[in-house]
Amino acid sequence: MSIHPVARLLAQRIALGLILLFAASILIFAGTQILPGDVAQSILGQSATPQSLANLRAELGLDQPAATRYLAWLTGALHGDLGTALTNGQDIATAMSQRLGNTLFLAGTAAVISVPLALILGLVSVRYRGRWPDKLISAVTLSTVSVPEFLLGYLAMFFLAVQHRIFPSVSTVYDSMGVLEKLHAIGLPVLVLVLVVLGHMMRMTRAAILNVMQSPYVETAELKGLRPFTIIARHALPNAIAPVVNVVMLNMAYLVVGVVVVEVVFVYPGMGQYLVDHVAKRDVPVVQACGLVFAAVYIGLNMLADLVAILANPRLRHPR
Amino acid sequence: MTDLLEIRDLKIEATSYPPGEKPRDVTLVEGVTLKLPKGRVMGLIGESGAGKSTIGLSTLAYGRGGVRITGGQVVLNGQDILALSPGALRRLRGKTVTYVAQSAAASFNPAKKLIDQVIETTLAAGTPRAEARARAVELFRKLSLPSPETIGERFPHQVSGGQLQRVMTAMALCPKPELVIFDEPTTALDVTTQIDVLAAIKAAIRDEGVAALYITHDLAVVAQIADEIMVLRHGKMVELGDTGQIITAPRETYTRDLVSVRQIEHPPKPDGAAPVLTIDAVSARYGRSGPQVLSDVSAVLPQGQTLAVVGESGSGKSTLARVITGLLPPLQGRITFAGRDLSPTMAGRSREDLRELQMIYQMADTAMNPRQTVATIIGRPLEFYFGLKGAEKKARVDALLDEIELGPKFADRFPAELSGGQKQRVCIARALAAKPKMIICDEVTSALDPLVADGILKLLLDLQREEGVAYLFITHDIATVRAIADRIMVMHRGRVVRSGPKAEVLSPPFDAYTDLLLSSVPEMKQGWLEEVTASRRMAAGGE
Amino acid sequence: MSRIPLSALIGLILTAAYFLAAIFASVIAPYGMAEVAGGVWEPMSSAHWLGTDSIGRDLLSRMIYGGQVTIFVATAATIVAFVTGALLGFVAAVSGGWVDQVLSRLVDLFMSIPALILALVILSVMPVTLPVLIAVMGLIESTRVFRLARAVAVDIAVMDYVEAARLRGEGLVWVIFREILPNALSPLVAEAGLRFIFMVLFISTLSFLGLGVQPPLADWGGIVKENKDGIVYGVPAALLPAVAIATLAISVNLVADWILNRTTSLKGGRG
Repeated sequence: MSIHPVARLLAQRIALGLILLFAASILIFAGTQILPGDVAQSILGQSATPQSLANLRAELGLDQPAATRYLAWLTGALHGDLGTALTNGQDIATAMSQRLGNTLFLAGTAAVISVPLALILGLVSVRYRGRWPDKLISAVTLSTVSVPEFLLGYLAMFFLAVQHRIFPSVSTVYDSMGVLEKLHAIGLPVLVLVLVVLGHMMRMTRAAILNVMQSPYVETAELKGLRPFTIIARHALPNAIAPVVNVVMLNMAYLVVGVVVVEVVFVYPGMGQYLVDHVAKRDVPVVQACGLVFAAVYIGLNMLADLVAILANPRLRHPR
Repeated sequence: MTDLLEIRDLKIEATSYPPGEKPRDVTLVEGVTLKLPKGRVMGLIGESGAGKSTIGLSTLAYGRGGVRITGGQVVLNGQDILALSPGALRRLRGKTVTYVAQSAAASFNPAKKLIDQVIETTLAAGTPRAEARARAVELFRKLSLPSPETIGERFPHQVSGGQLQRVMTAMALCPKPELVIFDEPTTALDVTTQIDVLAAIKAAIRDEGVAALYITHDLAVVAQIADEIMVLRHGKMVELGDTGQIITAPRETYTRDLVSVRQIEHPPKPDGAAPVLTIDAVSARYGRSGPQVLSDVSAVLPQGQTLAVVGESGSGKSTLARVITGLLPPLQGRITFAGRDLSPTMAGRSREDLRELQMIYQMADTAMNPRQTVATIIGRPLEFYFGLKGAEKKARVDALLDEIELGPKFADRFPAELSGGQKQRVCIARALAAKPKMIICDEVTSALDPLVADGILKLLLDLQREEGVAYLFITHDIATVRAIADRIMVMHRGRVVRSGPKAEVLSPPFDAYTDLLLSSVPEMKQGWLEEVTASRRMAAGGE
Repeated sequence: MSRIPLSALIGLILTAAYFLAAIFASVIAPYGMAEVAGGVWEPMSSAHWLGTDSIGRDLLSRMIYGGQVTIFVATAATIVAFVTGALLGFVAAVSGGWVDQVLSRLVDLFMSIPALILALVILSVMPVTLPVLIAVMGLIESTRVFRLARAVAVDIAVMDYVEAARLRGEGLVWVIFREILPNALSPLVAEAGLRFIFMVLFISTLSFLGLGVQPPLADWGGIVKENKDGIVYGVPAALLPAVAIATLAISVNLVADWILNRTTSLKGGRG
């Protein structure tokens, strides 16, 4: 049986993603374990007694070789056991699941708003290329991509929570809250995330569509006397899908990072807050677990983008 | 009798943006006037920059990039199309006037089946799908496409270049237009493919009774297809006349030059010169498992002579150059140069080997570092091989610039400030600076306009006479071969199919491939296409 | 070359102003870095042009000194990123083969983890000092520079003039420094501008999260952190350093955009 080349490519890409994730796990582990800084030393500080240092090292398993510790960690992680936090002894997987849900809710809401908005603005920009709507959109997005997330966050807080009290300045969410209540609570962080991602996504969408619009086959369509709408729908869009999906996925990955800062600004109980807190406390097992989850999401999104690009390529779908 | 198309005093401008300067308007076309009756074919001919494509597109009221039609009228069926509303223009484009582009491969939407693109405008005009399809299949058949019933179900990348060009012609003819613009439709094709496409296009035009503007830089090609020819240069008309008059009795000097192009001759050289290069049973392929691109190739190049390596794309002729230079070590075989064995890899060769074997490239643009001046480009081999410095080096650079007929004033210019022909001359000077025994010329004239190319060929012949350098001249163009070669080697799919002295290789009896290749080269006379296709049909029928 | 567009001119002037302020911080700052000169969160006045901070220090002076730290760290990290990334990128492109494979796959791996996350993971076990911050940020960002430098160099390395130089027998040094580098310089300079902005945002973000520059030193991100509680009381002190970060980033962006446009128009493109 011959396998369709697309199926083979997809399988290859998925395998590559898994290998990358595996390598990333080694990198994260190595980054926290083999670097010159001693974890036990940095937890206890310079004034620690040799005895307490030795005790902590044994407790952390630091007396074992790095490879053994890595394997134990990875096997645990594959079974859903991410270890326990040093600072409070809590099970990390349990503590994380709640926060991961919160983060996905926040990022998901931001994605649902920003993706269609970016595509529409990108199309408007292309349609009015070089005219004032394009220039306006481009100037505004240039500013939002140059501004740090926390500035956007505090500006939004200053004007919309303190001066006008439209949204709460601190985004606290509980399980018992209704969906609408929750959405109101996360209004500001969502707004900031949308602004941050929108700029990148819109600019890249604009470039991707322009690239297709300038191709000779779109000129052919124009010389066929087709209506502008038909040209875009039938000749430009099918070829723009892959690059645009790629843009969307890249920016979703960007969201994953943006969420860290935004959660800290609005004291939102999510993964970002969790990670930052425990980096400050030098709680290595938590940092490792969070790093692994962030890397997995990021690698997964990039892989998804590649898979769509393979599926959208007519040369691969219909081989000679 | 009324004319289908009348262009009156056309003026076309564009805005150019030279780096670091203010944008300025340049005139691309000026004062062009022509009349085209129904069902007639007019050829537009000229070198690059003559404005022929721009005029062609003006009949669709279309300008590429920042190109604007700023004066004159384009009258189609008594109506000035430049004054039409966007809606009316859309109804005209793709129905009354259609367009066939040079690169069909880029002009088809890669994501859609061919048939859907071919019948798109016919459907939009309200024709039922089945009827439009039948029309397309009929055209595919008329254009001698293989399996006309099903070829439309394929995607553009699943069809060869020559076939794609014919499908694009079908797409242009499908809505039964009154005028078709052919913009260099066969330029990108190999010569043996070109003749089939040309014959198919000509038959289809006659059959459909459609009028056409046929744009090309090749006078011999347009002579086969056009009733009238307009010669253009720098956006202005040089001459307009019947095809027969233009090619047999041109009135203007420029037209005469175009007609007599590639008729350079050089006296035959005496036999018996010792070989400078011997290639013995060389085979090669790219990568460890790639297909073999050279199989058992042998050749001899005598000192001070020219060996022309002729072949179409995929024949392996450029690969042969890479093997000789050591960029691609051969799988097997031996190369002897100036009486000594050449190491298969570049790394294994002495500086003397490298110096005596120089190379000139097809694209002079990319063969020179844009950040170096002409003096640096030509001076570097002098410094590198002979250790020349200061005034001595400068004097030699100036002498070389004189030899290539440019002169010392060019020394401080950058490549971007030179024309195409001047760039190629500088590349020749760089090769000469090394005082080589042999120069590999890889399609050095194919990117140049015919008259410029002629100048380069003459220069190469003069230099050979003075310096006694041998050329390995790689080309796909038979006319160039006739002009410059002493010996010829014909290659096809990585093998040598024929080789020997020029007179011998170019005289019958031929092997099948050489016959096909030689007979496919357009000749500057009317009726040549019919003669060749008729004789081929007879040969095929006789078998 | 003769005419600089208005946007680039504004960018150039602002960028220059920020750099000059950073260099001459001790001369122009009205108060000392740690000097308590007034009450908590005083509004803007003639004594304190930008008001005072959470413990009564002059905000303008802290902004000037903070800018010095921010710009110094960002510049140093950009240099680290460029020297490492560009050098390795060129070597990978010119040598090809397994050297290229190993370097490229390693860079793929580093880029599979978001930069901020990777920095946080590493900083969780490293002592947070200026040299460590500069090294960590520089090395993480050098992967991005590597990608660009390699791509640019690969494009140039296949040009006929590079092949011509190699056929002449030129060595690796001539090929890299005389044939490739002069043609790769413009995109790399523009990239340096973009990387610098990224470094400014990166160090500010780290400091804002409390994991960057540590007290008593402060950079703009740190000043935002110190004053963020004021926001809830309507005190805009935290916004000012954030605005400084944003305006610096935008100005450098405008300059980089201009350089990039100039280089593409130099290459000519179509027609």
